[in-house]
Amino acid sequence: MPAEPAAFALPETAVPAAASRGWRLPIFPLGVIGLFLLVALVAPLLGLPDPHAQSLRNRFKPPVWEDAGSWKHPLGTDRLGRDMLSRIVWGSRISLSAGVITVLLASAFGAAVGLTAGYYGGRVDAVLMRVTDATMSFPVILLALILAVTVGPSFTNVVVAIAVILWARYARVMRGQVLTLMQLDFIAQARLAGAGAWRIITRHLVPNTLGTLLVLVTLQIGYVIIVEASLSFLGAGIPPPTPAWGSMIAEGRDVVTSAWWVSLFPGLAILLVVLAFNLLGDWLRDTFDPKLRQL
Amino acid sequence: MLRFVAARLLQSLIALAIVSVVVFVLARATGDPLYLILPMSASQEDFDNARRYLGLDRPYVEQYLSFVGRAITGDFGVSLRARRPVSELIRERLPNSLKLAAFAMGVSLAMAFPLGIMAAVKKGTGLDRAAQVISVLGQSLPTFWVAILLVEFVAGRLQWLPAGGIAGFSSYVLPGFTLGWFVVAGLMRLLRSGMLEVLDSEYVKLARVKGVAERRVIWLHALRNALIPVVTFAGIYFAILVTTAIVVETVFAWPGIGRLAYEGISSRDFPVIQAVVLTTVVNLCVDCLYAWIDPRIRYAR
Repeated sequence: MPAEPAAFALPETAVPAAASRGWRLPIFPLGVIGLFLLVALVAPLLGLPDPHAQSLRNRFKPPVWEDAGSWKHPLGTDRLGRDMLSRIVWGSRISLSAGVITVLLASAFGAAVGLTAGYYGGRVDAVLMRVTDATMSFPVILLALILAVTVGPSFTNVVVAIAVILWARYARVMRGQVLTLMQLDFIAQARLAGAGAWRIITRHLVPNTLGTLLVLVTLQIGYVIIVEASLSFLGAGIPPPTPAWGSMIAEGRDVVTSAWWVSLFPGLAILLVVLAFNLLGDWLRDTFDPKLRQL
Repeated sequence: MLRFVAARLLQSLIALAIVSVVVFVLARATGDPLYLILPMSASQEDFDNARRYLGLDRPYVEQYLSFVGRAITGDFGVSLRARRPVSELIRERLPNSLKLAAFAMGVSLAMAFPLGIMAAVKKGTGLDRAAQVISVLGQSLPTFWVAILLVEFVAGRLQWLPAGGIAGFSSYVLPGFTLGWFVVAGLMRLLRSGMLEVLDSEYVKLARVKGVAERRVIWLHALRNALIPVVTFAGIYFAILVTTAIVVETVFAWPGIGRLAYEGISSRDFPVIQAVVLTTVVNLCVDCLYAWIDPRIRYAR
């Protein structure tokens, strides 16, 4: 196989507008995501109380700045006297890993489907896209609820239920990208140079769609965290006593009048993390691929 | 064009067939519903009778075919729990969900328009940033959490609005706002980028050169043309609102199809689950069709 001149390997991509004006890194999103990732990673080393340790004497202790609060439980305690701060920290492991694992599974599968459909076209494309459409039309929460009653709620089921639906988005977007790329000269030139399907897909199509994929992945992590929390809230997600933000909010729902902190803090945690991922995704899109406004 | 639509409709039917099999199998896999219907003291004979009466003793293939045959005529069987025809339940609940979704759509358009226009006209300023943060915030808030806070503060402490159920206009406000804010970001972004595109076009430049007032340029020229994608996407967002309403309907005790689904699943009411899923899927298929008819949506994706 003749060596390809470098110019053939990559199409001329427009220089990101932000790059020419100098990089303005999104400090808030990166900071929040970094903080939660770090805290989730080193949770056992933080010297926090056991998130499962119950103490009926310490039920519904308010956060430290309230009159009855103390530094022993900075964010107060819940119905069973468990430390809120510690539960939120341990809950971040659930939320973040659910988000990341689900999105990785869905994007890997969806990207493969989209690349195949876009590259081969014709019948293959038609069949794959019909399956994609059928999948997309299935409501995620409904499927996850059905799975939860079928095989019982668990972390794996939540991840599987969401990933089984979510891949379709990636397939759709990747196919669209591939169709556009396939019309460009460098693919035809690679073909003329004798490159096979595998080489064209891995060397030419994948590198040129990675930016889009990255934007979609970032935006979807936030969405998955919300869906996981909604399922845990409905009792179809991560089963108790594992601290998951969604089920913590559900536990505080009935006492929100007297012990508002039980529902408030996990919700704030979800809001911060999801907002950070969404802002980061927006920034990535605006920087690398401003045309993708529909993602 | 007609052939294209016909082919596409046929494909949607195939998708529907696949989904119906999946739902049928999954619903059967959720365990025996008889344990939930019959009293604890029921004998083996009672179980057998109930099973025969409900048609659950027949082979799965037969159950599926008779389900499909009747579903085509709009008959989804009888709810195992409510003991009423499912089609009747759906007919009763679906309008409530549609009304809530319509109200939520109104809320989100009412928020997206001023925000989107402001963001485009004041591009790159603090106002632009603020508009974007407000809309992204809606996408980042867990709806059930917002719902709980609104119920506690606006309905509970302030007693301004009812906390749940459906009774008159005021009961729409809280669930409609919770649901509507969630899709503001998508609509607002569409409007903003559409406006920016038009404001940058030759004819807008010409209009400006000709001395047309800036206000006229924005409202007459830019907005009208930026509306096209918003209008076409509004249909899709509407479908999203109907299907994501499960959580909001559950928290606000809204007698819609989302809560029907939640109740159906938790009580293993097969006919109800099947009917709800098929109804929502039909709803979404129609909107996919919509996207295919308008090539702009297809390429914008």
